[in-house]
Amino acid sequence: MTNIKTPPGRSKPPTGQTPQTRGDRTPPGRSTVKIKPGSFRARAIEGLSNPYRRRTVAGVQDHFANLRREVFTELGNPEEWRARAAQIRTHTIANLDAYLEQFTDNVTRHGGHVHFAADAADANAYITRLAREKRARTIVKSKSMVTEEIGLNHALEHAGAEVIETDLGEFILQLDHDKPSHIVGPALHKSKAEIAEIFSRHAGHPIAVDTDELAAYARKYLRDKFFAADMGITGCNFGVAESGSVVIVSNEGNARMTSSLPKVHVVVMGMERLVPSFADLDILLTLLPKVASGQRTISYVTAIHGPKQAPDLDGPEELHIVIVDNGRSNMLGTEYQQALNCIRCGNCSNVCPVYRHAGGHAYGGVYNGPIGAIITPLMEGIEKWKDLPYASSLCGACTDACPVKIPLHEYLVALRRDISEAGIDSWGERMAAHLFGWGASHPGAFSMGQSILKTGLTATKVGPLGGWKSEREFPSSAGQTFREWWHKEGEREGERER
Amino acid sequence: MGNLQTDESRASSRATGRATSATSKPLRAALFVTCLADSFYPDVGKSVVGVLRALGVEVTFPEGQTCCGQVTFNSGYWADTKAAAKRFIEVFEHEEYVVMPSGSCASMVREQYPQLLDGEPGWADRALSTAARVYEFSEFLVKVVGLEKIHATYHGTATYHTSCHMTRQLQVVDEPLAVLSRVNGLQLVPLRNNQDCCGFGGTFSVKLPEVSAAMADEKLQHMAETKADFVIASDLGCMMHLTGRAARQTHAGATPSSSVTPSSSLTPSASSAPLPMKHVAQVLAEGGLV
Ligand code: SF4
Repeated sequence: MTNIKTPPGRSKPPTGQTPQTRGDRTPPGRSTVKIKPGSFRARAIEGLSNPYRRRTVAGVQDHFANLRREVFTELGNPEEWRARAAQIRTHTIANLDAYLEQFTDNVTRHGGHVHFAADAADANAYITRLAREKRARTIVKSKSMVTEEIGLNHALEHAGAEVIETDLGEFILQLDHDKPSHIVGPALHKSKAEIAEIFSRHAGHPIAVDTDELAAYARKYLRDKFFAADMGITGCNFGVAESGSVVIVSNEGNARMTSSLPKVHVVVMGMERLVPSFADLDILLTLLPKVASGQRTISYVTAIHGPKQAPDLDGPEELHIVIVDNGRSNMLGTEYQQALNCIRCGNCSNVCPVYRHAGGHAYGGVYNGPIGAIITPLMEGIEKWKDLPYASSLCGACTDACPVKIPLHEYLVALRRDISEAGIDSWGERMAAHLFGWGASHPGAFSMGQSILKTGLTATKVGPLGGWKSEREFPSSAGQTFREWWHKEGEREGERER
Repeated sequence: MGNLQTDESRASSRATGRATSATSKPLRAALFVTCLADSFYPDVGKSVVGVLRALGVEVTFPEGQTCCGQVTFNSGYWADTKAAAKRFIEVFEHEEYVVMPSGSCASMVREQYPQLLDGEPGWADRALSTAARVYEFSEFLVKVVGLEKIHATYHGTATYHTSCHMTRQLQVVDEPLAVLSRVNGLQLVPLRNNQDCCGFGGTFSVKLPEVSAAMADEKLQHMAETKADFVIASDLGCMMHLTGRAARQTHAGATPSSSVTPSSSLTPSASSAPLPMKHVAQVLAEGGLV
């Protein structure tokens, strides 16, 4: 095994190996470059130092890729499906106000309540007030990224309620006070042994490192909570405007228990989750499991039309739908509008090589992977998240993989342009770019610059190429440049031949 | 090798729309050598010149050429990039064919210039017209020169490194394989996860060196697993990054310096000597096509 890099702030490599001593072969970048704490780079280094996570994520990525290839072949023409899905989402977002109105009317007609929340505080205030009114002590939740985004659990706990995550992955994270590292598989980074340790701590007695036993523990504990719960909170994968239906997909069935057992069901949804009709939903539901996890279909698809009605035997007495903006409308009417097409399938992370190595936590926000690197700055402010758009080699794998054709890597470049135009980039880089622009339009100066680059910069260990030298050698700079060769021999050789 | 046949036929069927290979007057191509070939890989530039001349193409090297500007474009400095783009257009807009040994630079000119100069009076049209003249090296051989003219012999087993911009932006996928299928004695073996980025990514390699190196390490490991004698590529950025990383690993002993644990590969790192890398043009040139 190779050595594990020491993450910043730790004095010893986590595996206890002794640091390498290689004299002057020590990568210069490591000692001379200060890595900003709290930056993507610092978190990525932390991620790189977790061999378990890296193996798991890489294994999952490769496994999903194989499954996806199979199910896509069965689909016939996946490109046509993607084009149709993109068209549906683009059309919906372009007419979002009309569809929101139609959706709201239909929800209300079926006896549901709709609240538009401008931001996280607004959404949390509405839901905690409701919990107080209903004297909800125990609240069960199924997986929802938007509730992570608005910090709902914290708000409810602060108001005195007990909140229990019932998605297995989220449950593990909740017990361990950890954050999701993948949009679809939130606890992807946890090993079975770690989970056994977390559950044993929670149970107060040892639980074996065995999938069945671990699942049995969670099932038993959660089942009791489902029956005790006064309120159930779910997300919403799709809201169907033509009927006011809330559509939730899950592989564990917990969303059904969460939405039907407690007396009050609260749906928290991002304002962009809509589709016009069931015909459109069909297209998106066909694609979603295939891109998300290479599955042909999802175990449970639940469509909810309002609270319990007269002949129904079960279901909640009250249904509240909280539609959250929280920065989403920043994207409306801009070149980034298509980012709202996202159906949170996680496929851009599934194919992203940076995500593969750095891990989901490196992105720092709730949404990780390429889409996280785009919407986090757009929703929360680019100044605060200005290192995220650079967390990509711009290989374009994400753009090719996105079922709703969001031009992800082009957005990343456009965000970098916004950063440089807003003047919040680094001074050194800006000067280098200006110098380049000048040099590129002055050929004489440019070829001189090439020579300097070749002989000067490559010899030093600091400066703009320190990051190169910290990990790699430079090619040897001996010999003439192509240009020199062309003038001395190349051009004449051609003349001779003719 | 079975694949290559299909690749070839697909490539040639696609080629028909764009140019004719049988023309009476000799072909003339302007070489855009690229910064990396000029400074660090002059042999690649020389090979391109040699191969094209051997195929009867008259090669010119327009003096005023500088850089395509992709690094500044991708770093978000679009205004500075415009200077490079305009320079490129001025130098090359009247050439019939512009050939470059880089899928990445070709994609910059062909895919990004029209976007960059969109709406700029006097430049938008010129950007489009220049973009239409640009060919990546193997693409030029397939679409313009004609695959049937290529005969070379190079004995050895190699694996091909698929570069991202060339594949996903320029959408030149089959051409280099079609060209290589014309080399007698050359056995191409598949590379696991060949679509995965090697981690170069321009300034990405210096801004996030640790992640970039981890990506290189995985790529190098997959390359070592092929047991090929060498690696063939179409982009010098990838080559510089991968050979630079391999050299660092070798210098540092069997342990990669940034300690990047071989990730997916789930198998211990191959500690054999790093594979040499060659550009497609070098394979043809060394294979006697000069
Ligand atoms: S951006 Fe596209 S690929 Fe990524 S999660 Fe959203 S829909 Fe899926």
